[in-house]
Amino acid sequence: MSCESCKNELAREMYAELEKFIDELPEKRGALISVLHRAQSIFGYLPKEVQAFVGEKLNISTAQVYGVVSFYSFFTMEPKGKYPISVCLGTACYVRGADKVLEAFKNELGIDVGQTTSDGKFSLDALRCVGACGLAPVVLIGDKVYGRINSAEQVKEIIKEYQD
Amino acid sequence: MSKYTMHVLVCGGTGCISSRSKEIVENLNLHIKEVGMEDSVQILTTGCFGFCEKGPIVKILPDNTFYVQVKPEDVEEIVKEHIVKGRKVERLLYVNPTTSDSVSDSKHMEFYKKQMRVALRNCGFIDPENIEEYIARDGYGALGKVLSMTQQEVIDEMKKSGLRGRGGGGFPTGLKWEFAYKNKSDQKYVVCNADEGDPGAFMDRSILEGDPHSIVEAMAICGYAIGANRGLVYIRAEYPLAVKRLETAILAAREYGLLGHDILGTGFDFDIEIKFGAGAFVCGEETALIHSMEGMRGEPTTKPPFPAESGYWGKPTNVNNVETFANVPVVFLKGADWFSKIGTEKSKGTKVFALAGKINNVGLIEVPMGITLREVIYDIGGGIKDGKKFKAVQTGGPSGGCLTEKDLDTPIDFDNLIAKGSMMGSGGMIVMDETDCMPAVAKFYLEFTEEESCGKCTPCRVGTKRLLEILEKIIAGNGTMEDLETLKELSQVIKDTALCGLGQTAPNPILSTLEAFEDEYIAHVRDHKCPAGKCTALLQYNITDKCIGCTACARICPVNAISGSPKQQHTIDQTKCIKCGACMTKCRFGAIVRE
Repeated sequence: MSCESCKNELAREMYAELEKFIDELPEKRGALISVLHRAQSIFGYLPKEVQAFVGEKLNISTAQVYGVVSFYSFFTMEPKGKYPISVCLGTACYVRGADKVLEAFKNELGIDVGQTTSDGKFSLDALRCVGACGLAPVVLIGDKVYGRINSAEQVKEIIKEYQD
Repeated sequence: MSKYTMHVLVCGGTGCISSRSKEIVENLNLHIKEVGMEDSVQILTTGCFGFCEKGPIVKILPDNTFYVQVKPEDVEEIVKEHIVKGRKVERLLYVNPTTSDSVSDSKHMEFYKKQMRVALRNCGFIDPENIEEYIARDGYGALGKVLSMTQQEVIDEMKKSGLRGRGGGGFPTGLKWEFAYKNKSDQKYVVCNADEGDPGAFMDRSILEGDPHSIVEAMAICGYAIGANRGLVYIRAEYPLAVKRLETAILAAREYGLLGHDILGTGFDFDIEIKFGAGAFVCGEETALIHSMEGMRGEPTTKPPFPAESGYWGKPTNVNNVETFANVPVVFLKGADWFSKIGTEKSKGTKVFALAGKINNVGLIEVPMGITLREVIYDIGGGIKDGKKFKAVQTGGPSGGCLTEKDLDTPIDFDNLIAKGSMMGSGGMIVMDETDCMPAVAKFYLEFTEEESCGKCTPCRVGTKRLLEILEKIIAGNGTMEDLETLKELSQVIKDTALCGLGQTAPNPILSTLEAFEDEYIAHVRDHKCPAGKCTALLQYNITDKCIGCTACARICPVNAISGSPKQQHTIDQTKCIKCGACMTKCRFGAIVRE
């Protein structure tokens, strides 16, 4: 996918998929959040152009779309890494040292919360409670849950799993 | 089901799945087949057993053997020893930490003894993806019963039960239904609030994952009572497993004629659809939730009008929380009289708590209202982790407060918790020990509310920010005594003037910790000390006369803050020290102390 035309081809397919989803909605009224969920799962994030496209299709202003995108923490306007890392900062994890786990990931990857490594491999986020409090502190990489993380060494080990 | 003589239940809750419970099920299938017993042994993936600390859990019926921390590699032994030869695998049994005896039957475990399972009645007992199992445990029996009653009779029964909203507010459920019933309209809605946002509470998720049909049934009952034929579940997109199981349940209920057109031939129509949240704590507030379902920013609006009058798309809407709904079928199956006998005078029934933090038995528990904190923490919870001293328990999440030693014998119910400056909230219960710093805990919650404030009203948007700044200042050791006064005053103003529940309760963590642990705040401000030893900025490392001058600390110090000649006592230059603690870890003579 190095050439421009292939990229355009891919983008066209993604827009077509989103358009089909919107066209098949039984009711467009109130559908903005479901459409954005779908768009984010197709594109991986919600860049300006996608937001404008959604607004046009639903017949609402881009400003209104942006208002919703920026309101909810689930939506992101930045592309995530190939392996998105989320450190749980729920209360149960916090009292068992989640803040130190987050620090360890920041140090190890050299990025801050909300950023992606320059090679596009990892992105780092904090989230509030995945409901696996028995395993606190908990970290999610993609859908995989890592529990009972209590040292910087463990953090290094986990990251190593993804360094191919 | 009758042909099976043995049932193996494997926990398929999120916690246990994270510890490879799916592989356990795969291995069970494999090994049971190997010994040719697939016709007599049934393997079930159930919802959460609650004892998350010891997960993954495998339970074998009929002898009720409860295996803890099972690994996929242990399965072969369980099959060959227990299932084939009837010999229990001793090493996988739960060991009572006080007596060191192993306990095989979960009924005899301290963790379960004082619990009473009403909302969680089916979690850990049935396969949540199989409607027949729910029906076998009287599922949809309540709906059948309700459909032969009048709407007013249903509401009266709810009122009589004394059930109050489990999402935090504690508003009487029957009364709420009555408001929605009395507002006439061509279209009404039933909404289930599954936007569980309180960090550290996961009961709604466990109910949806472990017993989704109870929610489907309860919503249909509510729909009948108030005269609504559409139901919506507003659920966090971060709960994929709960969503999947709920979707499966809705489809099965439709197939069985328990949802959809003309339910059970009574002429009552009702159907349910799922709406996704997108991660905003404020959407737990019902008006904000409704706006979010309409595809807008989840900002609250002033009440009145209440949703019962003007809710989803301006129509009468009744919003109840997941745990509240989970109680509803029981009220009708066992009767309001049975239900109202449990609990205290004004808080009936049971409450599910997510017990977490510095406690031995982390997990999901359900107890009758009126139980004391002492019983919850020491009997069910098994006491404080690592033999540390109990300091406080935080209930009600970011809207609640801390209860301390002196509150241990207070019966837990809605009103007592509020009188103690905390609240029931959705049921998070975080236990803290002597190493937890209370101003830092207050800061943790304020960081949360400041970030989650939707920004619509000024007291909350600006006020929580100012509160957080003052707390940060205190924790950095730069606070003044006036700051403590300002904290109290500003907290009161926010409580009195914020638009919705989020803002009105946001200062609670500060007010309650200030009340119970004022000396800890004063120590930070006046003495520049953190008594719990948590706040890095206030710590000081010193070298005592135990130092033999080995120079190890000076060599490890990343900022060259340690100086001294070999074989002489070293000293730390406090202006250079970054308090990383590397020297203390390195010292083999215990000569470095942290104060």
